[in-house]
Amino acid sequence: MTDRRQWPLWEVFVRSKRGLSHNHVGSLHAADASMALRMARDVYTRRQEGVSIWVVPAASITASSPDEKDPFFEPAGDKVYRHPTFYDLPEGVEHL
Amino acid sequence: MYGLPEEAKDTVAGGRAVAASEAELQSEFDQMVAADQRLEPRDWVPDAYRKTLIRQIAQHAHSEIIGMQPEGNWITRAPSLLRKAILMAKVQDEAGHGLYLYSAAETLGVSRDELLDLLHRGKQKYSSIFNYPTLTWADVGAIGWLVDGAAITNQIPLCRCSYGPYARAMVRICKEESFHQRQGYQILYTLAHGSAEQRAMAQDAVNRWWWPSLMMFGPPDDESQHSAQSMAWKIKRHSNDELRQKFVDMVVPQAEILELTLPDPDLRWNAERGRYDFGPIDWDEFWRVVKGDGPCNRQRMEHRVRAHENGRWVREAALAYAAKHQARAGAAA
Repeated sequence: MTDRRQWPLWEVFVRSKRGLSHNHVGSLHAADASMALRMARDVYTRRQEGVSIWVVPAASITASSPDEKDPFFEPAGDKVYRHPTFYDLPEGVEHL
Repeated sequence: MYGLPEEAKDTVAGGRAVAASEAELQSEFDQMVAADQRLEPRDWVPDAYRKTLIRQIAQHAHSEIIGMQPEGNWITRAPSLLRKAILMAKVQDEAGHGLYLYSAAETLGVSRDELLDLLHRGKQKYSSIFNYPTLTWADVGAIGWLVDGAAITNQIPLCRCSYGPYARAMVRICKEESFHQRQGYQILYTLAHGSAEQRAMAQDAVNRWWWPSLMMFGPPDDESQHSAQSMAWKIKRHSNDELRQKFVDMVVPQAEILELTLPDPDLRWNAERGRYDFGPIDWDEFWRVVKGDGPCNRQRMEHRVRAHENGRWVREAALAYAAKHQARAGAAA
């Protein structure tokens, strides 16, 4: 009963308004890019949620391991000095 | 949706999961759930958790698309152009909700085709409420107010479900459902304040949809087979009976404003509990409909399978078209 081949999966990114970046909103199946765009419009912007849409074949995305404790992210773990809150300021210093 | 499917490439820093033992993975999972963290698509989860989620999300997705049928029944006969436009928008939303949910289920490693196939072969279920017919225009109102109202009560806690993609889909769906509920209420309010016939039509619809709506919350807590485990996994946040009571407490005052009655002689305010008491639910009817013997079970499935089969050539043609254009683009480059 199943079709021989499914339409490929696309990930959808929407810019909700000018000045903001595109955000991932979801995914859908479509035969090609232009169909994916039209369907993304119908599925994810029925209430004017966006002014611009990107669709990306899900298979083209390269992802890091999902585990947040992974060694991949470890190098950033011990560099608290990258945050301004690391630095104590002397009493009375302003605008710094 | 909302996260890559399992087969997404894992080229960087993979392999940790392979090294960790099952017990370690289980304990990390347990800690994540205990800390109210969200599980995401490629996290390790116990098989039973994955199976439960696939079953629940698929059933939910199937309900959305089967639910298009009873309402679609009235699109051509809506009483005005505006009502027709509103109903079309609502039915289109249901298709969208189905899509959000199928996409969420797919992140658990099951394909859309498999899910539809399971539905079509009767191996997965959809909400029994859609096996009742929409006999009059007022039924569209009653569905919006009561059925969507019950669905919202069920779904709001799911926005905090432990599985990220499901929770995110539910946030979207809940936002859109509140329009559905209001449009239904407005239809009933208009009818209830119209002619005597219109009023009777509204009352009749409420009489028929009331009990099936209460059944939507599922069997009583002491008979609900999946509840305890789902609550431990934080997929479910409140028990069936708790949600049912919440719905009754919410809806009774709304019925009073409609000036319609709810068909339950035992329904009354209990000052001691600070909640409404209501009469016993006919669970034999519930199980009869779940097992396939509701008024419209066969009709719904036949229609669904026919629509899928009739659409096959379109799906295949779109793939062939895409392949042809891809080949041409390749040749030109």
